[in-house]
Amino acid sequence: MKLNSLKKMLLTSTLVLGMGMGAATAETLKFAFQGTLKSLDPYSLNETFTLGTLGNVYEGLTRRDGDLNIEPALATSWEVLEPTRWRFHLRQGVKFHQGGDFNADDVIFSAERVRAEGSDLTTRIPADAKFVKVDDYTVDVVLTSPNPILHYEWETWVMLDKEWTEANDSVAVTSASDDSASAISLETNGTGPFMISSHDTGVSTTFVPNADWWDSASHNLTSAVFTTIGSDATRVAALLSGELDMVYPVPVQDLKRVSDNATTTALTGPELRTIFLGMDQMRDELLYSNIKGKNPFKDVRVRKAFYQAIDIEAIKLKIMRNLSTPSAIMISPFLFSKSGDFQRFPYDIEASKSLLAEAGYPEGFEVGMDCPNDRYVNDEAICQAVTGMLAKVGIKVNLNAQPKSKYFAKVLASNGYDTSFYLLGWTPGSLDSWNVLTNLHGCRDETGAGGPFNLGGYCNPEVDALSAKILTENDPAVRDDLIAQAFKMTTDEVSHIPLHQQGLAWGVSNDVELKQRADNVFSLRYVTKN
Amino acid sequence: MEDKNIKEETNWFARAIDSDIFYSFTRSKLVMVAAFVTFAYFFIALFAPILATQNPFDLGSLDLMDGLTPPAWQEGGSSKFLIGTDDQGRDLLSAIMYGSRISLAVGFTSVFCAALLGISLGLISGYFGGFIDTLIMRIADIQLTFPSILIALLIDGTVSALFPEVRREDSAFWVLVLAISLSFWVQYARTVRSSVLVEKEREYVQAAKLIGLRPFIIMLRHVLPNVLGPVLVIATINLALAIITEATLSFLGVGIPVTQPSLGTLIRIGQDFLFSGEWWITIFPGVALAIIVLSVNLVGDWLRDALNPKLR
Repeated sequence: MKLNSLKKMLLTSTLVLGMGMGAATAETLKFAFQGTLKSLDPYSLNETFTLGTLGNVYEGLTRRDGDLNIEPALATSWEVLEPTRWRFHLRQGVKFHQGGDFNADDVIFSAERVRAEGSDLTTRIPADAKFVKVDDYTVDVVLTSPNPILHYEWETWVMLDKEWTEANDSVAVTSASDDSASAISLETNGTGPFMISSHDTGVSTTFVPNADWWDSASHNLTSAVFTTIGSDATRVAALLSGELDMVYPVPVQDLKRVSDNATTTALTGPELRTIFLGMDQMRDELLYSNIKGKNPFKDVRVRKAFYQAIDIEAIKLKIMRNLSTPSAIMISPFLFSKSGDFQRFPYDIEASKSLLAEAGYPEGFEVGMDCPNDRYVNDEAICQAVTGMLAKVGIKVNLNAQPKSKYFAKVLASNGYDTSFYLLGWTPGSLDSWNVLTNLHGCRDETGAGGPFNLGGYCNPEVDALSAKILTENDPAVRDDLIAQAFKMTTDEVSHIPLHQQGLAWGVSNDVELKQRADNVFSLRYVTKN
Repeated sequence: MEDKNIKEETNWFARAIDSDIFYSFTRSKLVMVAAFVTFAYFFIALFAPILATQNPFDLGSLDLMDGLTPPAWQEGGSSKFLIGTDDQGRDLLSAIMYGSRISLAVGFTSVFCAALLGISLGLISGYFGGFIDTLIMRIADIQLTFPSILIALLIDGTVSALFPEVRREDSAFWVLVLAISLSFWVQYARTVRSSVLVEKEREYVQAAKLIGLRPFIIMLRHVLPNVLGPVLVIATINLALAIITEATLSFLGVGIPVTQPSLGTLIRIGQDFLFSGEWWITIFPGVALAIIVLSVNLVGDWLRDALNPKLR
């Protein structure tokens, strides 16, 4: 009887959902992702899916095309006047969706806000860079040291309307751990090809084209509906039944079904994202462990023991079903020419056990692990497998796998890096090693100044010094040498345990044409639907 | 001394064989099969550590390379894993044995707790009447308006919000027991109360009152034994419901964590693979769950009929 009423409830909700979908017309693209779009504030969360999806609505000074080449967006051109002074010429006549004009004041406002407290994107602009208004449509960026890759990550540093943001009490950035809603976290006001017409947090978001867009639209959509579908099986079933036009990610076990189906195609390719494990090396005592008074992860032997206990080939074969590339360093081989010089520490249980014994933990120890369960391909299964592999060398891992909204709110800087051992994935937004070295390896303080995504707090001043040199070095060959030196140090010291580059896996209806970007960003502006 | 014991035993045994209940038991083959299956399950669950080939809760003993092995009769199957393995390399047969153990343990413990709570409140309510009766019965009414799954979810959420530092693996079992027993006590309380209302007007209770026994003694010694029949029936049927509720909660991801899978957790793990050709991960635990619930229900149904004088 009780089960019956539950069933009825489910049935009703399915009916309601079904009716909502039925109302859409032929040029409506319906797509789904496994996680949710939480805050609409584009500076809240430095995460590819959120930034990529909001990238349909907001635009930066530059943007990247389907093959990830940088092209002009809200800046029509730029030049380096002297190594520490860049000049950006802004596009004229651009209007924000809610009516405001785009000009130099908006750029300066956005540059301040993206570096303000609560912003997750502080690394987009050097902290000491000054933005100077030359005239209404020209802005100079004055740097304290040369930076040839200044604009590499500016696609995701998007422009906000100063007047609108101020008028709507939204100057303060909505941080990822903050649940209070400001206007900018609930509605959007960008310049991009699409506008958000309705946003139901955690459920669905509707996009409609911006008729006044400055660029000529290459898509033919009249609207696009995004839904969150957490369950892998449900997401794939919705694609196969024709209810959805595009879903990502397709779980690796379903790729064959999607490509065998007559009306759908599976798009796969290597993704630029590196999945890795990190360990708290900063605190004097771990937050989640039975070892008190000291931090075992401060000992490089313990970190290496963890590394060598992990059978990456088994993860590749059984969990990723060969749709992953085991990785020896923290950046994709497509983004760094010398990545072939690096080798993984071999999988070796005996070596791992003796390293633990040498470090003084022959019986192992307990440690809590944080893991997302809806962010990366098979993230929870990977964490479970790691838990099992570490159990073989005596490490008892207490796994805490949660949805990404809870996971990120727990482990990131906004919550004081509340983790001891975690799984994370990283795609350098600039597609360059310097981003990885500074974000994931830079020495940081408790608030995250330095290396904001260095959750474990790894610190080696020599790496920081190299990373500063890499930033200002103009000769590519010398630069790559410096990067290789830095990665040599961090891999020798096991700053992190790189696992693999996961594969891209999108499921697309044959009626839809789109561009699959290697950074797993889905750009609506390239979509055509028949 | 010894002789007397044996005699008493034969007496007891003879009485049992001679009883109406045993007679009605022998009349139905279905019930006999159901009872056999139920006891077989209890046996398997009790001796899982001896019977199982692998301890699926010991992550160190799992080998990821064994993951997703199909059942032995399919291509790629291995005789080591008779009905295949899940994605982490757990032998499904062992996992089902250990999982049934958790499911049954949660079922029994929560039925016991619910019965204890329900019977006590029912006795108090029926015996004393008045304000206490009204209070307890209105609380019961309010609770009856909520589906038990909802109450269980609420309790689970409250506990994990109140004690975030408690580890899931340690607390999950007791949280489930608490959640399920708190959502099932009402039926016992109402049944016991109505029986008590009838019984307390009987002469033997009046007599007990007259000789000055305390209410507590009267309730426990005189009233309780006479209202236990219906309670036994509810308990049996509730055992099946409790097992299903546990499986539902675990399936929804708020029950037993994935590192110590119960039947519901196993079904949830397998659900992602159901359409991808790896059907065995979810089907076998599902079948195991269905069989145990069906058997317990059949036994409970039969018990209800057998104990009901109007149906004889």
